[in-house]
Amino acid sequence: MSRRFIPKVVTANRLREGDVVYLTADDRWSLLHHEAELIEDEAQANLRLLFAAAQKLYVVGAYLADAKAGPNGPEPVHFREAFRTRGPSNYAHGKQADLV
Amino acid sequence: MYSYSEFDEAFVRARVAQFSQQVERRLDGSLTEEEFRPLRLMNGLYLQLHAYMLRVAIPYGTINPRQMRQLAHIAQTWDKGYGHFTTRQNIQFNWPKLEDVPAILQALADVGMHAIQTSGNCVRNVTADHFAGAAADEIEDPRPVAELLRQWSTDHPEFQFLPRKFKIAITGSPNDRAVTRAHDIGLRMVRNAAGEPGFEVMVGGGLGRTPMIAHTVRDFLPKADLLPYVEAVLSVYNTLGRRDNKYKARIKITVHETGKPEITRMIEERFAELRPLFGGNDQKLLAEIEEAFAPPAFRVAPTDAYDAFYKADPAFRAWADTNLHDHKASGYAIVTISLKAHGETPGDATADQMREIAALAEEYGHSELRISHEQNVILPHVHKSDLPALHARLAKAGLATANVGLISDIIACPGMDYCALATARSIPIAQEIATRFDALDLEHEIGPLKIKISGCINACGHHHVGHIGILGLDRAGVENYQITLGGDGTETATIGEKTGPGFAYDEIVPAVERLVRAYLSVRTSQEETFLQTYRRTGIDPFKAALYDGEDSKDAA
Ligand code: HEM
Ligand code: SF4
Repeated sequence: MSRRFIPKVVTANRLREGDVVYLTADDRWSLLHHEAELIEDEAQANLRLLFAAAQKLYVVGAYLADAKAGPNGPEPVHFREAFRTRGPSNYAHGKQADLV
Repeated sequence: MYSYSEFDEAFVRARVAQFSQQVERRLDGSLTEEEFRPLRLMNGLYLQLHAYMLRVAIPYGTINPRQMRQLAHIAQTWDKGYGHFTTRQNIQFNWPKLEDVPAILQALADVGMHAIQTSGNCVRNVTADHFAGAAADEIEDPRPVAELLRQWSTDHPEFQFLPRKFKIAITGSPNDRAVTRAHDIGLRMVRNAAGEPGFEVMVGGGLGRTPMIAHTVRDFLPKADLLPYVEAVLSVYNTLGRRDNKYKARIKITVHETGKPEITRMIEERFAELRPLFGGNDQKLLAEIEEAFAPPAFRVAPTDAYDAFYKADPAFRAWADTNLHDHKASGYAIVTISLKAHGETPGDATADQMREIAALAEEYGHSELRISHEQNVILPHVHKSDLPALHARLAKAGLATANVGLISDIIACPGMDYCALATARSIPIAQEIATRFDALDLEHEIGPLKIKISGCINACGHHHVGHIGILGLDRAGVENYQITLGGDGTETATIGEKTGPGFAYDEIVPAVERLVRAYLSVRTSQEETFLQTYRRTGIDPFKAALYDGEDSKDAA
């Protein structure tokens, strides 16, 4: 029996700026992880990844990252993805600053 | 220092123009990311965790005030106001936007700088002793030879697609400050029985996944034979290197698998073929380069003011004791400007600090600067009578931290705060260790101690050659830190020994404190350094400090 599918979000970097972004259910790219579409089904996840990978003028390096449902929307599971939602820990640069 | 010839200038400008078009074509969709990626990497542009990252070469760590100001300008105009100096004597900008990179490369070209061959499977930035041209123990300034190697390796058609990246380090002193034994080729200047200068040639060192200390393949190579010999090494590696497996592709594996006698024989054989082809042109070029590196006109002046200040001012004395080194000219000192203020990011300098450093080099340092592989900046030639004034200016700019060679002078790679390959963070660990020991006021009591931290097994932070090495790993989805002890990056190079299981993020700094306290309790005197103590006692007392709980100590 196959293992239970861990829900995913589609994430990438913006082509022009390099910022970390997430694919939303209405096909936007958001800076905010909790706005991402939480994909519970493996086939659907692969479809959404294909959709993202086709947006070659907007994002690069799209991939599926593990996520879980939280009170305000999807939350990252792994610490690497948690860091990507915030930016580096030594300065409030990148997302921490962008999101203020 | 060397300044660009018309050829260099035209070459770099052409490269900038070419890459600018490539960026445009990526942005308008004519190039796919798959097509563009190798092109951007050839120009030092990576895509990292949160942003793009541009790596700019600082050949053999030598840079002039005008170039330093331009780096400040770049940091301020197109980045977030700072730059990160690395263990490969490069500078990295962590936040450029793709569309701004052509302008940045143009600005670099304006001051004779570029990002070519800072990535890719080619000969990377040649690194050198950061005290080059100034050190009291130096046989010769290694930079002319380093510049010769740079010119020879840049766009060398045979060596653009090596099995893997290739790093050369060179020192003109018998004392090794360039970690030559951990490079693909290490060159250490020595004299033969007749007193002539030449090189000990070491091949197959490297850190990363399989750390190895280089083998000496030639005890003495006459200086004039250097280029054909290095070419012979690369040519043998280019043929034998493992292109089938990226993890076995470095020359250290080739040397290991082929065996030192056989690889030496092959290098010598190739060298015999190549030497006649050089026909002395390289030596003519070297002579021209050597002129460009003529030492500045050193002043003769009294040093009484320095002596008086040293006696009277304890803050100045503490700084002088750690941050100054012996100069070859009498009355002069080598000044290391620490980029390791307690709690700051190792190796970072703000645009303002870069400008102040440039100004200080002009006012007090014969307009010379070096970047050290330990992520600090060096003013190689300062007259001692200028040191009190220099120190006051540094203090004002937040650059007078008196910690060079001490526990807070930590090398840390960018780790998971920036690097896409990382498995854990490095920077906050370095920051916490520095603040902790500062608060304990133990730093000067502990004395010389090198801590080096990497955020993954690639070992960019040199942890294998740290007296205390820290490697950040991902253990089941949480950050975990493994400790190695007894590493050494000098002429007595040693790979550190693993102590045992790793420590969680919030356990690693206390673990380092236990190690240091164990050292303080077992050293024979204040003069016995951490490394000497470790070599005398072996790992046991340190292992006990790390892993034995209070219970087992009571029981013993
Ligand atoms: C952030 C972007 C970086 C990336 C993607 C990167 C990538 C790598 C990789 C893949 C290796 C292993 C190569 C191999 O063994 O074949 C490596 C090794 C190394 N890198 Fe980096 N690195 C980065 C930043 C740095 C920085 C900032 C420094 C200096 C602070 C540095 C210095 C080194 C050194 C000294 C080694 C090991 C020495 C050796 O065996 O050659 N790297 N790096
Ligand atoms: S050691 Fe790993 S984490 Fe650190 S800079 Fe190198 S590749 Fe990145």
